[in-house]
Amino acid sequence: MKKIENKDIFKATWKYAEAPESTDHINLQKQYDLYIDGKFTKPVKGKYFDTINPSNNKKIASVAEASSEDVDVAVKAARKAFKGWANLSGKDRGKYVFRIARLIQERAREFAVIESLDGGKPIRESRDIDIPLAVNHFFYYAGWADKLEYAFPNRKPKPLGVVGQIIPWNFPLLMAAWKLAPALATGNTIVLKPAESTPLTALKLAEIINDCGLPKGVVNIVTGAGQTGASIVNHPDINKIAFTGSTNVGRYIAKAIAGTDKKVTLELGGKGANIIFEDAAIDQAVEGIVNAIFFNQGHVCCAGSRLFVQESVAALVIRKLKARMKTLIVGNPLDKNTDIGAINSKKQLHAIQNYIKIGLSEGGEIYQPECNLPKEGNWCAPTLFLNVSQSHKIVQEEIFGPVLTVQTFRTISEVIEKANNTPYGLSAGVWTQNGAKIFHLTQKLEAGVVWANTFNKFDATSPFGGYKESGFGREGGLHGLKPYVKFE
Amino acid sequence: MNRLDINKTYKLYIGGKFPRTESGRYYAVKNSKDNLVANMCLASRKDFRNAVVAARKAQSHWANSTALNKGQVLYRIAEMLEGRKEQFIAELIAQGESVKAAKNEVTTSIDRLVYYAGWSDKYQQFFSTVNPVSSMHFNFSNVEPVGVVSIIADETESLLGLISLIAPAIVGGNTVIVLASESKPLAAISLAEVLNSSDVPGGVVNILTGKKNELFSHMASHMDVNSVIYCGDDEKMIKSISELASSNIKRTVFYKKNDWYNEVNESPYLIEKTLELKTTWHPTGI
Repeated sequence: MKKIENKDIFKATWKYAEAPESTDHINLQKQYDLYIDGKFTKPVKGKYFDTINPSNNKKIASVAEASSEDVDVAVKAARKAFKGWANLSGKDRGKYVFRIARLIQERAREFAVIESLDGGKPIRESRDIDIPLAVNHFFYYAGWADKLEYAFPNRKPKPLGVVGQIIPWNFPLLMAAWKLAPALATGNTIVLKPAESTPLTALKLAEIINDCGLPKGVVNIVTGAGQTGASIVNHPDINKIAFTGSTNVGRYIAKAIAGTDKKVTLELGGKGANIIFEDAAIDQAVEGIVNAIFFNQGHVCCAGSRLFVQESVAALVIRKLKARMKTLIVGNPLDKNTDIGAINSKKQLHAIQNYIKIGLSEGGEIYQPECNLPKEGNWCAPTLFLNVSQSHKIVQEEIFGPVLTVQTFRTISEVIEKANNTPYGLSAGVWTQNGAKIFHLTQKLEAGVVWANTFNKFDATSPFGGYKESGFGREGGLHGLKPYVKFE
Repeated sequence: MNRLDINKTYKLYIGGKFPRTESGRYYAVKNSKDNLVANMCLASRKDFRNAVVAARKAQSHWANSTALNKGQVLYRIAEMLEGRKEQFIAELIAQGESVKAAKNEVTTSIDRLVYYAGWSDKYQQFFSTVNPVSSMHFNFSNVEPVGVVSIIADETESLLGLISLIAPAIVGGNTVIVLASESKPLAAISLAEVLNSSDVPGGVVNILTGKKNELFSHMASHMDVNSVIYCGDDEKMIKSISELASSNIKRTVFYKKNDWYNEVNESPYLIEKTLELKTTWHPTGI
């Protein structure tokens, strides 16, 4: 058989013309205050921090830094609003949440552009995934608000009270939606803190919440860094903490609230196994590998960051994968051709670069396609590490960047053992055309979400959350209501 | 003719066997007249660790046994307990319960086992869902056991409290290590004998007797335990358990001042407390 030069398969002879999304349409202020009790409020201590565009490291706006005093005011506002909101009929609560969904839809383009500006993700993803999914989440839970008695047969669900929600920077608006929608539908009031590197879409959401006439104090949005988050976690009048972020911070939170009556749900880190069998549809699997690890620059807690390829097809898969990686366009997040945008922050870029160094020093064989990375901004080429094993640090720890480790396996039991040999348990993927093998694997893999012949799919109706040290509690679907109610 | 009684030796129950504590230690259980009822094993950290190994070893086999089979095993426990009712009633009385209370506790315990036996092939349908996603995928969420669960049992309802925690945990496919009521441990070890003769595979339920103060921290911190359940109202212990459990993000369940006779404690929602939810996606487009 004549050997096909795989490196040439995808090599297009044409170049893509630039196709940047216009920023004319968006409305941003120079400075943002805290959203507390239905008003934009200056922080007590008058401190502000900059939010930066990671694709050029230029300041976009300055944003208020909430101190513990500000958090206290926000919690008090939420407490004051709780009774009225909880006692409002489910129908009316639902109508407010529907309004939020509609208002985001109307301004979807503005939100998508701001998400890409502030967080560095490709406009294609913010436009087609982040914003529509956030809208769907509000739509989905709005409909639950007047049907809660059907969600918990034989029990009377009641809201918990004031909920503190702390969300990450990888899917800023979407994570706000995941947190706010079920909490609102079930009748809780909220103090939400967006991540310090991506606060803008949450603040734009505050405008929408204001526009839709939600009773004041029901949703309060306080911006800031870890200290602000700690003030929320440790506030004595908060009934529940919902957190998405790293396992280390999750541990801190679990410890901090020990001995209190606060409830908690944690959606933490991951090191997802993506398993390719020899009887997989190989070209589809290669696309799946790319989507699993390079989606959103690899800033995905459920990323398929550990690739396991059956030995018999390893050479083929790796060759095709390398060829496919050469075609990935890394660059301007606002360009509609871009596949991989900017790394979210300098800090995260350094963390990723540090892991790449560790991978090299531990003897991993690196592959990065040649990319014309822009001069300004935070960039990382898509990266493979071959010749690594279970004991390598880059195989064990969450890198949260576009870095994939590649291992091979021979038998089913071997790959199950390797895949499960991690303290994490958020996601896993399996690629094969054999049905029994799929179900055998999906049953045996210790992960809260398992994708078979697909990867990184999300939906408002589909519960998402971790096993083991990837946290507990589910977001999405009927199961996503439970963390926000108690039974009488 | 006066016959001299044969006194029973109470030992631990680990991996389907009845070993003495490896530590060689004991503590005395006395009745209200300060007479010795029995010397119990004072289980050590090492005993607990051995029990975790046994529980982990037994877990996947137990989880993979059919729902029907698990239900029949639970029903079998109820049958065996029914046959030995009098012994359990006598033990509860020896530990200070009134005749009426002891009878009530034993029969309620038996009925509770039958209740959970019946859930064995039904709770999955209750908690699982097919999710109508907006894309060409078949998407479902089903429940799975959390894994190995350590249980610090109720101090006062030494049989009913125990069974009300063990039954929902094992019917969900988990394996458990239970620390029995410290002051009333007799029924727990006798229950182990019932379990041992009820087709419950060794290691699925492991029962220790000993001091809460000595063992709770290990039960909360062991890295191969997935969930810890505590019954009681010692706020300091609850705080400490939560702190230690954070080391591997254990699921914690607390029952403070719980009335085990209350019907809300007979519910599939108790099974759910030691279940995980797994969501599976597969494309439907061809």
